[in-house]
Amino acid sequence: MVAFEKEGRTVDYLKAFLVGGTICAIAQIIYDNTKLTPAHILVAFTVVGAILGGLGIYESLAQFAGAGAIIPVSGFGNAIVTGMMSEIKRLGWEGLFTGAFEITGLGVTTAVVFGSLMAVLFRPKD
Amino acid sequence: MDKAQQDQNAKYQQMVKEATPKPEHRKNIVLAFLTGGIICTIGQAVFNLFSKIEPTRMETTGTTQATMIALGAIATGLGFYDWLAEHGGMGAAIPITGFSNTVTAAAMEFKREGYILGMGAKMFVVAGPVLVYGILSSFIISFFWAVLTGTLL
Repeated sequence: MVAFEKEGRTVDYLKAFLVGGTICAIAQIIYDNTKLTPAHILVAFTVVGAILGGLGIYESLAQFAGAGAIIPVSGFGNAIVTGMMSEIKRLGWEGLFTGAFEITGLGVTTAVVFGSLMAVLFRPKD
Repeated sequence: MDKAQQDQNAKYQQMVKEATPKPEHRKNIVLAFLTGGIICTIGQAVFNLFSKIEPTRMETTGTTQATMIALGAIATGLGFYDWLAEHGGMGAAIPITGFSNTVTAAAMEFKREGYILGMGAKMFVVAGPVLVYGILSSFIISFFWAVLTGTLL
């Protein structure tokens, strides 16, 4: 049983590596062949993640690839839409307005707190 | 150097320019794949850890993303993420750590313009659009999903 679990976990890491790497490689191909800035590509991947999330497709990918689907920004977009739909189920229409940060609020607040802390502690390298 | 020769030089440079980027692109893709893959593998370790503690998958997702955001911010503060982004390209930008990197880098960069109008105002200069369009697209999709499935009625 333990051996089985261990084996399963190794496969999890491999799937995360392959799927996460593939998503980043696709972004790199887009970046190298278009005039889009990294900001444009980040936005595009987030929106695509949200759309695929709303259609229920992204969750299947996340079930398969774990962090390989959750860690790229497309997973962030998926987290926004998933939180929204879950809050709509719980609250009704108010969920449309409270749900965006249901899951991602953790990350956004972490970004603000740690970003500010780092800005206070460190100076950018020239 | 006469004009004809200069023209020919320019043409040659142009040809060299057009011919060279291909192998460079291939290298970029491999580096992006490896960098992104490694970051997601670290994310998987964090995910496995939280999946033992958190009661639901949604919470595991949130805490995993938040932890990676914290790690991305620290790596940016220490100057390591700049190096990673230089080599990894989109492999460093696309993971949530890259999102965190844009927040922290902007906060560090604009701190000299003051804490309110510098750091506070410009921290989300790149991450802001990600949130805005992530929320707008989610709002529209969730609305239609709710109407079509009858959840709102």
